[in-house]
Amino acid sequence: MTQTNTDNSLYGLIAEFDSPKELSNATKKAYETGYRTMEAYSPFPIHHLHEHLGVTKTRIPAAVLFGGIIGCCIGLGMQWFASVVNYPMNIGGRPLFSWPSFIPITFELTILFAAFSAFLSMLGANGFPRPYHPVFNAKNFERATRDGFFLCIAAEDKIFDIEKTNSFLKSFNPKEVSEVYP
Amino acid sequence: MANETKEEKIYDESILGADYTHGTVNDKITDIVLTRPIQKGWLIALAIALSGLLTLFISIFWLIKKGVGIWGNNNPVGWAFDIINFVWWVGIAHAGTFISAVLLLLKQKWRMSISRFSEAMTLFAVACAGIFPLIHVGRIDRAYWLFPLPNTMWLWPQFRSPLLWDVFAISTYATVSLLFWYTGLIPDLAAMRDRAKELWKKRIYGALAMGWRGSAHHWFRYETACLLLAGLAAPLVLSVHTVVSLDFAVSVIPGWHTTVFPPYFVAGAVFSGFAMVITLCVPIRKWFGIEDIITMKHLDNMAKVIIATGLIVAYGYLMEVFIAWYSGNQYERFMTLNRFAGPYCAFYWALILCNVIIPQLFWIKSVRQNLVWLWVISIVVNIGMWLERFVIIVISLHRDFMPSSWAMYFPKVWDITTFIGSLGLFFTLLILFIRVLPMISIFEVQTLIKPKANSPEPTASKHS
Repeated sequence: MTQTNTDNSLYGLIAEFDSPKELSNATKKAYETGYRTMEAYSPFPIHHLHEHLGVTKTRIPAAVLFGGIIGCCIGLGMQWFASVVNYPMNIGGRPLFSWPSFIPITFELTILFAAFSAFLSMLGANGFPRPYHPVFNAKNFERATRDGFFLCIAAEDKIFDIEKTNSFLKSFNPKEVSEVYP
Repeated sequence: MANETKEEKIYDESILGADYTHGTVNDKITDIVLTRPIQKGWLIALAIALSGLLTLFISIFWLIKKGVGIWGNNNPVGWAFDIINFVWWVGIAHAGTFISAVLLLLKQKWRMSISRFSEAMTLFAVACAGIFPLIHVGRIDRAYWLFPLPNTMWLWPQFRSPLLWDVFAISTYATVSLLFWYTGLIPDLAAMRDRAKELWKKRIYGALAMGWRGSAHHWFRYETACLLLAGLAAPLVLSVHTVVSLDFAVSVIPGWHTTVFPPYFVAGAVFSGFAMVITLCVPIRKWFGIEDIITMKHLDNMAKVIIATGLIVAYGYLMEVFIAWYSGNQYERFMTLNRFAGPYCAFYWALILCNVIIPQLFWIKSVRQNLVWLWVISIVVNIGMWLERFVIIVISLHRDFMPSSWAMYFPKVWDITTFIGSLGLFFTLLILFIRVLPMISIFEVQTLIKPKANSPEPTASKHS
């Protein structure tokens, strides 16, 4: 890609590897060296790779629990409101709040809200939809969804230095190290 | 298999051809959509399916214009083809969710190659199922009364009725299946975006992939969300057919009012769903040359699931007969005898033949390894499950408590065209799907590839 390259617009340096193992190893070493603003890209999930980047937690499970509880309350609340408050019907003196027959709908709404929470919180946490990202300009990056494994160290990282980072990435014997411009 | 090491078990070559690399798996699956020319056979299949779809449109149009009287439904048989087809389609849908959710939680690797395809089947089958309750309500302009919508009279639907539970169960099931399916597609849509040559294709797949970059952060959140969705979908799929069975079991009609219905309906759903997956997989894997991705091992495993769930269904049939005798209830006894030797007894015995006797052939390994046998038996099971719903619904209704109200049920031409039309809708969607979206989950199948010790990459690239 032809760019008007000036050093201060550099997004970062990206190294391409051939196998998940090499990427995993390089990511781990980079984190140990002190790099923090970086990202590893792979066509399929690699076990424990996120841990090498220092990520161990996500709030998605909490969001799902929250969504489930909301769905449960809405489901049961709606049926209680309809049967007890808004349109009570006395059928042979049976209780208005006959909760066992309200369970199926409560259950379905719990699942519905929890599933939407899982889906939306995953999109939200990943920042989707996001049609543009500087890393898409990286050389060969279309292989990141095929058989390429990439490690990109961002220029804004505290210990980023174009010379040193370049030789650091090259020490893992990648296929190629190239510069990424936004 | 027991003495294999853990490593070998993870990379089982019987579920993926040995020669694949990460790149070639990707090429193979994306090429079916992106580069394969449109073939005559595909066009003919689409034309047949579209004519079925047209039949459905005409049948529904005529139904709306004339009313439910164009069907064979009568009094006492108020539920007939409409509900039979509804339950049949919902049952078929269950296999997709079972494969993608329950087998994911059980960490079954062989699930990966068939999950996308069977989830799509789930969505299309639910779409077919959803049509029937909607059009049989009679006054379709008021079908929205099923939902708790605000209205000037403050009227609510009957929350204590299983029929309303069904509305919630099916609509939740359709929505969650769609979410789960789309979530599973996101990384593969990104792969399609990166493989597509034409800009307009890149744009469409790119928009649908929403900017997926495959970063470790993405994958971590993605896998967490998928696992949670599977955990939610697994109880959901069990609840859906349970609620469908409660449509029957909560009533007092002989033959419906039994507690064995929920487990027996769920097993029957998985039974028919896996049969439909086999019916579709056998030709598709051959036409698209993906026999080394959907292998004989997959078909073999599915045949085994059919035996297991078929036996649960057989237990259900046995219990129905036993309880009819053991309860001492004269109506239950009469209903059972009416099934055995009444006017519709041929349907009952055909059902026993299709669902209980013929599937036992799957105990024989050479039958499970034979594509013709697999295909024929899977269709027999589909027919058997349709007959099961016919037996449950029509035989119970046509002779109930009072002999003076007994009547026979015969389908009319519009009953049959509507059923054929729903098959047309199903196959239209399916035939379009396999040429528009990757029908196999690329990234999941890539994880099945054994990492090579010294992998020489075939693509020459300059080394720095």
